[in-house]
Amino acid sequence: MTSQPLKPQSAKPQPADTKRPRYRRSPRHRLGRAGQYLALICYLVFLAFPLFWLISTAFKAPQELGSVDPSWLPQHPSLDNFRDAFDQQPLLRSALNSLIVAVTAAAISVLIAVPAAYAMVRYRSPVSKAATGWILVSQMFPFVLVIIPLFLVLKNLELINSLFGLILVYVVWNLPFALWMLQGYVRAVPRSLEEAAAIDGCSRFRTLVSVVFPLLTPGLVATVMFSFVTAWNEFFFALVLLKSPEKQTMSVILTHFLGAEGAADLGPLAAAAVLATLPSLVFFALLQRRLVSGMVSGAVKG
Amino acid sequence: MRRRNFLGAAVAAAPAATLLSGCADDSDDGTLDFLSLAWQQESIKANKALVAEWNSRHPRSRVRYVQGSWESVHDQLLTSFEGGEAPDIIHDEANDLTDFAHGGYLADLSGLLPGSLKRQIPKSTWDMVTQAGGVYGVPFLQDPRVLIANRKLLERSRVRIPTAEKPWSWAEFEEAAKELTRGRDYGVAWSMKEPVNQSVNLAMSTGGSIFQREGGKNVIRFDEPESRIAELIHRQVNKDRTAAAGSLGMAGGDTLPGFFSGRYAMVPLNFSYRQQVQQQAPDGFEWVTLPLPAATGGAEEGRVQGVSPQTLSIAQDTSRKKTAMAFIAFLTAPDRMARLARADWLVPTGEEALRDQALNTDKLGWSTGVRVSEDLRASPVLGVRGYPEWKDKIATPAFQEYYSGSIGLRSLRDKLVDDGNRILARYQR
Repeated sequence: MTSQPLKPQSAKPQPADTKRPRYRRSPRHRLGRAGQYLALICYLVFLAFPLFWLISTAFKAPQELGSVDPSWLPQHPSLDNFRDAFDQQPLLRSALNSLIVAVTAAAISVLIAVPAAYAMVRYRSPVSKAATGWILVSQMFPFVLVIIPLFLVLKNLELINSLFGLILVYVVWNLPFALWMLQGYVRAVPRSLEEAAAIDGCSRFRTLVSVVFPLLTPGLVATVMFSFVTAWNEFFFALVLLKSPEKQTMSVILTHFLGAEGAADLGPLAAAAVLATLPSLVFFALLQRRLVSGMVSGAVKG
Repeated sequence: MRRRNFLGAAVAAAPAATLLSGCADDSDDGTLDFLSLAWQQESIKANKALVAEWNSRHPRSRVRYVQGSWESVHDQLLTSFEGGEAPDIIHDEANDLTDFAHGGYLADLSGLLPGSLKRQIPKSTWDMVTQAGGVYGVPFLQDPRVLIANRKLLERSRVRIPTAEKPWSWAEFEEAAKELTRGRDYGVAWSMKEPVNQSVNLAMSTGGSIFQREGGKNVIRFDEPESRIAELIHRQVNKDRTAAAGSLGMAGGDTLPGFFSGRYAMVPLNFSYRQQVQQQAPDGFEWVTLPLPAATGGAEEGRVQGVSPQTLSIAQDTSRKKTAMAFIAFLTAPDRMARLARADWLVPTGEEALRDQALNTDKLGWSTGVRVSEDLRASPVLGVRGYPEWKDKIATPAFQEYYSGSIGLRSLRDKLVDDGNRILARYQR
């Protein structure tokens, strides 16, 4: 945002029917704005380039992939890499597994995190303070430290090689960050709104559902996105917890295109990676509107 | 509306959870799991076809094909061994078996191996999977190092073209690299993203063995015989400028675009890289597979190189070891071993498989691999506990620094030997 004062566009009297005055931007202001757009475009190109290159690679023939002067766009676009990827690996089944795991883990994480975050913010006590501290500490554990004990626990529960077991792990793994994230959103909802609802005769449950949760929409959407993308992309737990080929998730299947010492079946790998990226993009596209609309649906003015 | 959505999601979650709990394992029906690391299209097809053939012949001893990945197999196995959920039959590499065998996770196959299988694989190859008298895998495929060269550039130069019977000496190789270097086009591109295995294995051709047994313990040595090839590579990159410095950080496949464009005349690569060369080479590009140079211009000892073969092992926990062994014997019968080798562009270990007609052709360099197979010996790293740690923490950065000219030979030696022996000592207390 700029703090430049706005100047009137013209000193001439405006027509009587003009409701909004028109302003002329100073050259410095316009230059600054152009610089901002340029920086934004550069940043977007930086972010989009890997995806663009991945898509371009997915449509290239092996000979183009081996060229020392790679072209931006495939010279002879072909679907061969996609056909090979589908021939070699069960991509659809693994995508379905990933979808089941990611959607369910995200839904359960949010269902648990929302009331928990609300309780931790609204009912301040030594327990809630300690719980918040524990949430932050739990984020410091690396995967490798917990994987073998976790494996043994899940084995005792007969949840090895089970999508439900993997969902459980993802929920537990996502929950601390989801809770921590949602606490900030809950804290931003003024207590006065809940008090007003109570005065109007709302029960506690009704207040939560009709007043508080709608205001938490951006937080819910952000948490769902975070949980979904984390579960969708996760590799290590899925690798060690799922034995059966028919239960493997997309992230595990992608490694099957890699050989020893850096060798890779690059074309089919790129094609499979494009397919693996799509659900996250679609999911984000569907939810991002809510992320913004929730923010402007606030009830408190001034 | 929002409330309905929210409650709808909550209601939908309940049956979904019930449904998913039904996804728990139902596979324990006596079927054996075969973890395969095949990754190329032809190889996956060949492996799956052989599993299907076995299953049709043995409906009561079925095998299930489980796809693994070279990238993650060690972590996957380590966790599943610890948790007692390992696959029954395991495809891996000899160099990865050491710690698993030592930990008691792999079955000793010595009493299970059928005589026919024992006889078809040379003793020197069995040595590669033998530890403390136990055999922990069946070595069935190997991937020696070869030189893949641009045929036109080679023929245009004045150098002698080597054959498997009469390979270049290392001195001839250096001269050839000089002849093939023109301006910014280099004679050779060493891909050294993973420099340790090849440095250790190539040192064998000059009589060097970086890992030696002294007083019943493994120790690291890096004297003149061990360092000669490393010094040669260092010289080519930093002094003669006949090897591209830019390729040092590359994996093997990354050098191929430069090879196809003529920027690099020769690339030392594993034999299996021929598949990528064949697949990616532009139309009209001619290439040839040459044996690696030898230390003394062709004397047998000078030709040797270390390899770590691909293996088939059996998990100690599996209750049906005999059936698992029968499946391995089925998979490694000479005709099937040759079939797997062709599909993976590798060299089989079995003597009869090596006589397979399709492998004994000059086309695509197959015959070079078959002839080179006589000179393959156990990599010195096999059976050395602590090798992975030495490789990752000490040797990889040290070799990379040395090849790029950041450190000298003395500094390389100090790091490899002094720091390395401290690591090995920890594993041998």
